[in-house]
Formats: sequence, C-alpha cells, structure tokens
Amino acid sequence: MARFIVRRSLSAIALLFAVSVVVFGIFEVIPSYNPARAIAGRNANPATVQEVSHKFGFDKPVYIQYANTMKLIFTGQVIDYQDDLNVVDQFAHKFPVTLSLVIPAALLWFGLAVVFGSISALRAGKFADRAVMVGAILGVSVPVFLLAALLLYVFAFKLSWFPNTGYSGLSNPTQWAYHLILPWIAIAALSIGFYSRVLRSSILDMSTQDFVRTARAKGLSGGQVFRRHILRNSMMPIITMFGLDFALLLGGAALVTETVFNLPGIGQYEAQAIGNLDVPPILVGAMFTAFFVVLFGAFSDILYALLDPRIRLTG
Amino acid sequence: MTDTTGVISAGAAEPAPVAEPRTVGVGPYQLAWRRLRRNKVAMAFGSLFLVLVAMCFLAPVYSKDIAKIGANTNNVTGTITVGGKQENVVSTDGVPIGPTFTRHYFFGADENGRDLAVRLLYGGRTSLIIGGIATLIIIVLGTLVGLLTGFFRGPVDATLRPLMELIWSFPVVILGVSLGTALALGGIGPIKGNSLLIPALIIGVVYIPYLGKPIRGEVLRLREQDFVEAARAQGMGPWRIMLTEILPNAASTIIVFVPMMLAYSILLESYLSFLGAGVQAPNASWGTLISDGLNYISTTPTFSLIPGAMLVLTVLAVNVVGDGVRDALDPRAQIRIKT
Repeated sequence: MARFIVRRSLSAIALLFAVSVVVFGIFEVIPSYNPARAIAGRNANPATVQEVSHKFGFDKPVYIQYANTMKLIFTGQVIDYQDDLNVVDQFAHKFPVTLSLVIPAALLWFGLAVVFGSISALRAGKFADRAVMVGAILGVSVPVFLLAALLLYVFAFKLSWFPNTGYSGLSNPTQWAYHLILPWIAIAALSIGFYSRVLRSSILDMSTQDFVRTARAKGLSGGQVFRRHILRNSMMPIITMFGLDFALLLGGAALVTETVFNLPGIGQYEAQAIGNLDVPPILVGAMFTAFFVVLFGAFSDILYALLDPRIRLTG
Repeated sequence: MTDTTGVISAGAAEPAPVAEPRTVGVGPYQLAWRRLRRNKVAMAFGSLFLVLVAMCFLAPVYSKDIAKIGANTNNVTGTITVGGKQENVVSTDGVPIGPTFTRHYFFGADENGRDLAVRLLYGGRTSLIIGGIATLIIIVLGTLVGLLTGFFRGPVDATLRPLMELIWSFPVVILGVSLGTALALGGIGPIKGNSLLIPALIIGVVYIPYLGKPIRGEVLRLREQDFVEAARAQGMGPWRIMLTEILPNAASTIIVFVPMMLAYSILLESYLSFLGAGVQAPNASWGTLISDGLNYISTTPTFSLIPGAMLVLTVLAVNVVGDGVRDALDPRAQIRIKT
C-alpha cells in the first residue's frame, strides 16, 4: 500500500508538471497575444504597457516566467489578469457550486446505470434491453448543451416548473435542489445509457464464468448469485469510466452545463478565463483537473482490489 | 516430378494445374459488407446520413435559387409577407422571426435578419467538412502512432506514449477550447485564425490517442503472431512487415473507428463552436447556431433547436452506421449482443 501511494504520488507530480508546461506553452506560442496589454487595458499608452509587463515579469525569459507563476500558484498568491482576483480564492469560492452540481448528478447516473444495465442484461434481447440500447446511442449523439437548452425551454419557459437559470446556496436545501434539478438531469441523462450498455456486456461476459457455476452449484439463489458474484465482478469497467468522468467534471469539464444554466462554478470561471485568454485561471484549472484524474484513478484501482481479491495494487 | 521430401526445390517444373471447378472466394470484407447490407436499421440511417450530407453540400444552390439570400446577408430592418400579412424579420424589440415555412426564411431568421435555413445548410457543410478533415487526421496519425509505438516499442514508445497519455488526461473540451481560443487569435504558421482548418486540426490532435491506444494494443498482440515471425524469417524489413503484414490485419479495427471518430469530431466541433473557440463569425456551424439561438430560447426556441436537431440526426446516423459496421466486421460481437 505504501509503495502504491508513493508511486502514484510520483506519477501525479510528473503529470501536473507536464500539464502545466503544456498549458503555459499553448499561450506562450500565440504570436499576437500580449498579456500586459490585456492587463493595462485597451487604451493604455506604450509606457504603461511596458511598466505592467515589467511588474508581472513578462519581459523575463519563458522559463523564469513559468517558475514564477508556479511559485505564485503553490503559495496561493496567483491573481488573474482580468479582474486582479486571487485565483486560488476564486476556485475555493466556486468549487462548492461545482460539487453541488456534479456529485448528485454522478450518483444519479451511476445508480440508474447499475439498475438499467442489470435489467438490460437480465432481459437481454427483450424490449427493456432494446430501450436501453436506444438510450445509449442517443446519449452519445446529443451534446449536453443541446439537452440543457431543450430542458430549459420545456421545463423552465414553457411549463415553468423550474427556475430558468442561476444557483441558490445549500443553506436552503429545497431552493438548492429546485435550482439544480435540470442541470443534474442534463449531465446525468447522457451518461446513463452508455454506462448501462458497458455494464450489460460486462454482466453477460461474467455470467458464463466458472465461479458463477460454482456459486449456483453450492445452492445460492439466483438473486444472491447475481448480486454477490456477477454484479460485483462486472462493475469494474464502469468504475474505471466513472473515476475518469467524475474527475474531469470536478475539474471543470461541466463548463458547458454551468454556462447554459448560469451556475457560478469553476467550469464557468474557466470558460470565461479561456474567452479572455486569462492564463492563470486556465493553468490552475488544468492542474486541478489533472490532480483529480490521478486521485480518482488511484481510488478506482483501490476499489478494484476491494471488489476482486485476486487483484493486487501495483503502481 | 513431384517433390515428396517436403523440401521445396527451386526451379523444378511446376505440374500443370488441374482444371477443377473454381469456387469463387469471398473475402472477409465482402462478407462484412453482405452482413451490413442485411442490417436494415444501419442501411436506413446510412441513407439518412447521405441525404443530410447532400442537403448541406447543396447549400449554395438553396441560397442562390430558392431563398435568394446569402448566408451572411444581414436584413435587420427587412419585412416579409407571411400568409398575406406584412411582418418584420426582426421585431422592434430585437426578437427574430420564427419559421415561416415559405421560400424566404423557411426556418426563420437570426438576430441580424439572416436566413436561418440558409445558415443551417452552410453551417452543416462547415461542421461536416471540419468533422471529415479531423477524422482523416485522426485516422492517419492515430494509425501511424499506434503502429510505431506498438511495433518498435523501446525509445519510440517511450517518447510517443507519454505524449498520448498527456493529451488523454486533459478534459477534451478544455484542451480543445484553450487551443481553439489561442489559435483563433493568432493562427498557426500559414493558416489564418479564422480558417476552418484550425478547429479541424485541434480536434484531430485531441482525439489521436483515442485511436492510437487501441491500435497500439492490437499491434502489440499481432507482432507476436507466427505469421510475423515467418515474415521476419523470410528476411522482410521492419517497415515492410509493418505495412504488409500488420497493417492489413489491424485494418478492421481502424475501420470500426472511422464512423466513431467522425461522430466524435462533429460533436467536439459543436462544443468548440458553442464556446466560441471553433468556427469564427461570420461563418456558421451547427454549434455556433445553437449558441446564438440560446439567447432567444424563450421566444424563438426553433432558432437553436432546429440546428440542434440537424446535429443530433447527423451524429445519430453516423453512430448507428458505426454500430452496424462493428457488428458486420465482428460477427461474434453481434452474437454476444443478441444473447
């Protein structure tokens, strides 16, 4: 276990380094981009731009700029170019909104996918199975912003069942849920079908394994065999997928949903930063995401080992 | 003279081939094509896709001969006659007209009074071209990367694979949008910032690992097979083995990925354009149209929902055909799905 943690931590550091270099590099190669001008304002005279450029260190070599930015990020002092706000504070402030959006949506899609995937496998070839198949192929064909737009139009504007956009804090749980139901559905709906499909084929593969026959032979009921032996062993593919998808969403991949529903989470912050070519928030966002990708990758490996005693943790 | 020792004697006279009734050989791809043709759902969606593509590529004809308005022609103050009644194309409070179902403004207008149906077709053409070029990039470079890393392993693998892992661990949308915004401003090399090649290039690069990784796995498996050993024993060089022995055997995997990558590319283009990092104004794509229409979702929902429907139909058709192709190429997979 200690070895596992050490090796994963090392690869996490390597990945964070690589990600930060790539993002920094992307914005370094833009020929016509001058962050000093962005900070100084559109009508600033050249002297002011020069001054700003010097103050932020844009006149220094690239690797020194990179080192300085990293130092600022890890000491929590980095500010964005657009509004002079502390980026780390902004992330801390906006992260609860993203958590409120992503965690319930993730539970919704994972739970429903387990239910639908099981039904689909148990009733393979029947109507329910075909319905899941259609749902899966629709889910990978609809962009989330279109589903969000459709939900907004039907349930917020036409039927007025839900508020159209905005976020309400967790201090009032009813209002919180009331504002987030449509975004939750938008995120969850498209993943349910695909996850169900993957679980279904995994269950069908698993059902023909020897240990299932053994379990039946020792007299377990059909339900027990399914829950304890088949389902438990079939969860691995969707757990891997879930770890990655969940990590990406926490890191800001929900930016489209947050933009359409006007939720002030880190995704929306990143989207605005990208629009303004505001490097520090993009950099912090990318590293934030990479961190979660490594973390949940490790979690799903640990979960593997718990689900299947034959698997041992390796770096 | 027949050779009974099992040693092939070079230069020995071949016995004249006995004329026996020739059975016509059916190759695996012909079999797959037969299976695909029997799949009615896949064929129906395939036809739908072709119709959609044809419609989009006929955009200039529709624009010139039917709607008689260009894709980027503003007409904010214009009026049209709908059912004998004179109506503003864009109302005085800025809300564009909805579908008229006449030759002018069939699907309504946008906020600048541009004909939405014309923009829908031109936008579709743009989305399809970008998706097509991106798919081409993914297939060519993804196959190349997969072949090289899988076949040579060692230093080639050690340099290319971390690069793929790096792209892989970024959220596709965030990486694509960052690159899109950055390059839309400055362009890249000789390509201008508003060129359609930029989103195509970005999508292509972002999705290379999606093909490169599975191809690499396939090549790793194939290179240990006996026929590769045999080819090596015959004295074939590594490049020749790669291209004439391994590539044809990996071809069915690559084919399965073509429709899948096309669907992914069209979708990612819509995400990039939706977030302003893809196709740049005044050009349209389905993504930009949905994004533009979102401001009028409460008053003129058709503005974003019609381009949305076109996008979904296209991607859905590609996905259904892709599923059919996969089943046709791997009949065992189909049996497994049917059980």
